[in-house]
Amino acid sequence: MNISALDLIFDWDTLGIVFALLGAVLAALLGGIGSAIGVGMTGQAAAGVVTEDPGKFGKVLVLQLLPGTQGIYGLLIGFITLTQIGILGGNSDISLAKGLLYLAACLPMAIVGLVSAKWQARASVSSISLVAKKPDQFGKAMIFPAMVETYAVLALLISILSIFSIGGLSV
Amino acid sequence: MSEDYIYAVARVRSRELTLLSRPDLDQLMACKSFEECLRVLQDKGWGHGVSVSAEQLLAEEEEKTWAFIRELTDDLTPFDVLLYPIDYNNIKAAVKTVVTGAAPHQVFLKGGTVDPDLLQKAVRENDFSVLPEDMAQAAESAYHTLLQTGDGQLCDVILDKACLLGILRCGRESGSELLAGYAELITATTDIKIAVRACKTKKSRAFLDAALAPCSTLDVDSLAAAACRELEEVFVYLSATEYAEAANRLKESNSAFEKWCDDRVMGLIKEQKSNPFTIGPLLAYIIARQNEINMVRIILSGKLNELPDSVVRERLRELYV
Repeated sequence: MNISALDLIFDWDTLGIVFALLGAVLAALLGGIGSAIGVGMTGQAAAGVVTEDPGKFGKVLVLQLLPGTQGIYGLLIGFITLTQIGILGGNSDISLAKGLLYLAACLPMAIVGLVSAKWQARASVSSISLVAKKPDQFGKAMIFPAMVETYAVLALLISILSIFSIGGLSV
Repeated sequence: MSEDYIYAVARVRSRELTLLSRPDLDQLMACKSFEECLRVLQDKGWGHGVSVSAEQLLAEEEEKTWAFIRELTDDLTPFDVLLYPIDYNNIKAAVKTVVTGAAPHQVFLKGGTVDPDLLQKAVRENDFSVLPEDMAQAAESAYHTLLQTGDGQLCDVILDKACLLGILRCGRESGSELLAGYAELITATTDIKIAVRACKTKKSRAFLDAALAPCSTLDVDSLAAAACRELEEVFVYLSATEYAEAANRLKESNSAFEKWCDDRVMGLIKEQKSNPFTIGPLLAYIIARQNEINMVRIILSGKLNELPDSVVRERLRELYV
């Protein structure tokens, strides 16, 4: 078996915690970016409607907040990961393989969070236009952007299940 | 960026609720007199409540529309497709009043991209450099043509063609599919009108070449050649283009053709009702408002002149809402 000089002087397992933390950061970061963009877009539309008709504030506020959930999901995944990898206390001695696994586990929430928040925002902006013209259709207008939420929730589930399962693996 | 107009489009969506609907027009049609029509309009919030005449009421509504758009965006450049006709009308007025020495009394329209006073000054001093380049060239050419030939129609032809080319350029440069489509439609339908009128009045090929503005949906050479022969040839040519229906409407009457043109524009902008982004809904709102004001003008004229309802109704266009 060939062992390189680098292997002799560097312990690769020390990078495990680095990759695990990178996963937690990405989940919070990308989910947060997506939600910030999304809530910003829907906020503009909501402000436009309220400028003309302040009475619609309650309805458009709900629609504005819908793309904000991805940021919360990202925070949740980041928090769980930090807890699992011992950064918030406990043993932070994680192998390189486990570190990469934590990174992989965080990616569904990070990527789906970013993309779904932006697309949910577009659906919400459209629904705000719908409510502006037909306030009695608020229930239906809620459903269209809420459908996008499904995929953020699915990504959240996969990330959570993966993060909790990695600890029991002997790698 | 399409996201730049989210706030504006949301406000436009709310304002669209105040546009006149078909039942509103029916209510106006049912009014027994011109004065009753005006009262109904004022009850609906038209005018500033102190309008003394119908024209003033309609002018106030037009001004309200542009004031609203100015609130939404600082950059009105994309709307030049709608403003150029005002500018070129003012150039015509400035050129003709300067050349004839007539006093310019209520000949200028408000709301163009260039201040009428600046236009007048440019023509009076024969210094067109203060105007936008395209406009300056056309104004200078029209001014010298009128001075040298005294032919007012030729002067109009130069400015009308420059206006159409300006609209086309503005539409293409806007990057908006709707603005480009609108500019193309306006240019093509205007070319058709020019060709038909020129054919009926037996104008020369040189006149047609000078008047028709080249656009991508019409071959102006073929149109001009057909118009030089006979009207039926124009209809045959149009039937092979996407304006085939125009030929049928022209055979019916000029007013049927005018209605068809306006309905085509309305068909073009109606797609914007489901577009929550881009500048498209803003343009659609302005056109919808202008269409609505024209409808009210037709109804008011009908009431004032005591025309039969059927005559007025056949001139009413499709509405945006």
